[in-house]
Order: sequence, then C-alpha cells, then structure tokens
Amino acid sequence: MKLLEMLGYYNYWVFAILLAIGLYAVIRKTNLIKKLIGLSIFQSAVFLMYITMDKVEGGTAPIIQAGVENPIFSNPLPQVLILTAIVVGVSTLSLGLAMVVRIKECYGTIEENEILDAD
Amino acid sequence: MDLLAHLPALQVVVPMLSAPLIVMLQPRGLAWAGATAAALLSFAIAIALTFAVLDGQTLQYAMGGWPAPYGIALSVDAFSAIVLLVITGASSAALLAAKPSIDQQIESERQPLFYAAWLLVLSGLVGIVVAADAFNIFVFMEISSLASYILIAGGPNRRALPAVFKYLMMGTIGATFYLIGVGLIYMMTGTLNLADIQVRLSDVTDINPLLVAAGFITIGLALKAAVFPMHVWVPNAYTYAPHMVTVFLAACATKVALYVLIRFDYMIFQTTLADHQMQFAMFAMPLAIIGILVASSVAMFEGNLKRLLASSSIAQIGYILLGASFISIIGLSASAMHMFNHALAKGGLFLAVACLAYHYRDLRLSQLGGAGARMPWTCAAIVVCGLSLIGVPGTAGFISKWLLINAALQSGPWGWGLVAIILISSLMAVFYVWRIVEAIYFQAPIEEDAPKAEAPIQMLLVTGLVALLNIYFGIFPQVPLELANSAAALLLEGAK
Repeated sequence: MKLLEMLGYYNYWVFAILLAIGLYAVIRKTNLIKKLIGLSIFQSAVFLMYITMDKVEGGTAPIIQAGVENPIFSNPLPQVLILTAIVVGVSTLSLGLAMVVRIKECYGTIEENEILDAD
Repeated sequence: MDLLAHLPALQVVVPMLSAPLIVMLQPRGLAWAGATAAALLSFAIAIALTFAVLDGQTLQYAMGGWPAPYGIALSVDAFSAIVLLVITGASSAALLAAKPSIDQQIESERQPLFYAAWLLVLSGLVGIVVAADAFNIFVFMEISSLASYILIAGGPNRRALPAVFKYLMMGTIGATFYLIGVGLIYMMTGTLNLADIQVRLSDVTDINPLLVAAGFITIGLALKAAVFPMHVWVPNAYTYAPHMVTVFLAACATKVALYVLIRFDYMIFQTTLADHQMQFAMFAMPLAIIGILVASSVAMFEGNLKRLLASSSIAQIGYILLGASFISIIGLSASAMHMFNHALAKGGLFLAVACLAYHYRDLRLSQLGGAGARMPWTCAAIVVCGLSLIGVPGTAGFISKWLLINAALQSGPWGWGLVAIILISSLMAVFYVWRIVEAIYFQAPIEEDAPKAEAPIQMLLVTGLVALLNIYFGIFPQVPLELANSAAALLLEGAK
C-alpha cells in the first residue's frame, strides 16, 4: 500500500529524475551544446513540478459556466508562473546558443577541454 | 499626486523603460548620455527612498492599486535602501566614468545595445531589491543575469566567452534551484507574497517540504552570490569583462543575491522552522570562514591585477556572510555595512584599474612597472581604496571590520578564534594590496622615460571622488551606520 502510494506521485518522480539527468549532463558533458541541452532538461523538470502541483483531481479550467454548481477548478496561478519561467528558459537557451556560436567563431571548437587548451 | 509614494515603482521603471529608448536615440553618440542620465535619475530616487526609510519605517507599494497579497507588492525598508544605494551608486559612478573606456573596448555601432543591456542589469538588480514577492524576485534575477551575460561577453578578449558560458550555466542552475524552493513553499502556503508566506507558514504542520525548500533556496542563492565553494565563475567573468562592467558588477551583483539570501532566511525560514537559526549559522559560518581564508590566499599569489581583486571579492562575500551567520543585531549591521563599504573600496579599485587599463593593455602585475610615476593620481586612488579594502582606521573598510570583530566577540566562546581569523585575513589583504603597491611604485619601469599619461579627466574625477568617499565614510559613517542598524533590527524583528 505504502509503495503504491509512493508510485502514485509518479509526476514528482519524473521531476526528480529529469532534474538529475539535466544536472548530470550540465556537469559531465564537455560539448557545450550538450551542456545546454542538459540545462534545458533541468529547467523543464521544474516546469513539470509546478504544473503537477496545480492539478486538482477532477478539476477543470477556472471558467464560470452556467448550470454548473460548485465546480472544482485547478489552480491557474502556477501555470501562469511557469509561462513566465518558460520565457526565461527560452531566453537563457537562446543566449547560451548565441554564446556557443561566438565561441565556435573565436576558438573553432565547442569542446570544453579544447577551449581550455587553446588559451 | 504624491510622487514620493510612487518612488518604489519608479526605481524599477525608470531604467527599464530607458533601456529600449536609448537604443532608438539618434544620433547614436547620445546613448551614453541617455544611459548616464537614467542611472543618475535612479540614483536620485534611491537617495530619496533612503531618506524616507531612515527612521526605520517600511514603504509599501501596491502595483496598479491591487492590495497585497492579491496584487504585486513592492516594499522598501532600511536594508533595501542600503543595497539600492550601492547598486544605483555603483552604476552611476561607472557610467559617468565609462565613456573613454567603453569607446576603447566596444565598437561604436554596438554601443547603444550595450548601454541598453547595462540599464536592464540595473533595473533587474533594483527590482530584486524592491520586490516583495518570491516569484518576482526570480524574474528580476533572471532579467539582471541575462543582461549581465551580454555585458561581460561584450569585451574584446575572446576568453570572456567561455567565462560567460560558465557563468550562464551556474547562474541558471542557481536561479532554477531558487525556483524549485519557491515552488515548494507555494505548494505549502498557496501564496508568493513574502509577508503573507510568513503568516501562513505558522499553520503548516508538515515541515519537510519547507526544509527541502530552505535547502534549494539557500544553495541556489549561494551560487548566485558566489559564496565559497560556489564561486568558480567569478574570477574569469570579472577578469575578462570590459573594465567598466567589472566596476559595476563587482560592486553590487553578488551582494544582491546575498541580500535575498539573508532576507529570505531571516524573514521566512528562521521565523517558522524550529532550530533553523542554528542550522543557518552552522551552514553559513564554515563556508564564510573557509571562503575568506582560501580566497585571500589565492589573491596573495595571483599575478593578474583584475583577477587578484576578483579573488579578494570572494573573500569579502565571506565577511558579509560571516556577519549574517551570527544571528545578532551587530552581526547583521556589520554585514549591511560591509556591503556598502566593500562596494566603495572595490568599486574604487576597479575604477582605478580601468584608468590603468587605458594605457596598460596587459594588467599582469609584472607589466605595471612605472605606473606610479606615469599615472600618479590613479595610483594614489589605488592606495586609498586598497587601505579601505584592508580596513585601516580612517577608511570606510575599518568601520565594517570593527563591527564584525565586535560581533564575533559577542558571539560566544568561539569569538576569539573568529577575531583571529578576521585579523589573519586582514593581514593577507595587507599582503596582496602591498603587492599591487610594489608593482606600481617600486618595480623597474617597463619603458624607460615613458611620458606622463593620465587617464581621461572624467575617469580620473570619478575615481578620485570614490576614493575620497572611502575616507569620508571612514570618518563620518553615521548615515550608513544608522541604516545598517535599523536594517538589522528590522530583520531580527522578523525572525522573532
């Protein structure tokens, strides 16, 4: 029973696993593009956490409808927050990619160890 | 219409709206003037806010008239005022002096965009300080970070690029950790307003998510604040950034993250989690001490002037954190004072470095021989700010070191050991500042009979002014001291 209960929170498990995968890629990979992919996975994990916590069982979109009494709504606020966080994530990713392009122009490589050797 | 009432919002809005406007300014040469005017205006706003909160009150502002906790709230108290003064002051001083140095380092067609990014950093940093809710702090943090990556990468040295990439990785991880912590708190309380979180957390019975949140937020902000051992992005980012950007960021960027860390911990976690004061002290104090000692010894043996000062910055972050870890009024006011005084000392030093760099392309200490004779005023400013960095009586640095030593003595049986550590690290500072003095005054000149060639007058004037302020606030520290004391009192009141 306890185990089933724990498995029931599978969204949070996926969040934790994605977080770890992303962090691993950021730390371990030497290719700068792969690092950025890791960073993206890392950020997406947090989106999943926010989206999961706003879900109310049986809840719908928070719109008042005629004829429905005492409707159950999912909390819309975390979705709005995460919309902002997604924008932040996209800007970070694009800025990071722009940096990689310039690093490639200046160093001719996007491998971290080769860049370190070049200086 | 009472303009004073809208100052907290204007503090953020002025630089933010100026940023796109100066990109469109014609002719393009006006970009610098526009950016400087916007920075000076926000400095003026910060000064007005400081006088409004000097007596220990807190200014509240509801965006669009929607009352908290439903609307977006801004608040300014004595602690915010100190940090606002540091941010806007550093940005104004750096921009006033910046033109010759930036003309040398950035191509003229990119300059309007560069100044726009500068103003975005400014508005993000002040936004962090005035925001009264956890999620807006995150958004402003990312605005300032993204723009500061652009500023640092703007320099002519290609090594800036990998440095920025590293900063971007670590900065984003830090911000995302913070976001996770905020999410967990929201999960438990259903609110993001800091004051409201504090109220509602007292009803929360399951504290495990809060402990996790405290961990994520502390680590995330410590990454942003470059607390040892999460400081590895600092030396390269500061060293290869354009010189004026280093002045601005070294004076305030990491301190703002530390400000959020202190505020969050004192206001939210220490009030609601049992034994959290102890946990915070046990976490922060060792990191602070190791950071001070390690970074100071790295600075003692560093050959590049900018990198030496960057290492010293990491040690100073340690002092600020050490003050906060005492959980006492005097410790907190030492922290707040050190934020102010270190910004003066390090801002002045980096301004002087920018002056040196106007003629010396290579900033390794071994290449700076003869600078004392060639640029006497610049080098005099380096000496004054260096003394303030060490904490010699009569300079601003002395005040905060003195407070810190007092706080250490009152902190309990370990106090004497801490005082010894502060004194040892001050001796290390004497050592590395002396190395700079030796390099510029007593080293054999690289070129014989180089003509006297000072930096442009506007850079010299600002550098000289900051150096004099180091002495002024060493002799008349009343205003920042009063602010720091009421900031500390407010923070501890929140923690009770």
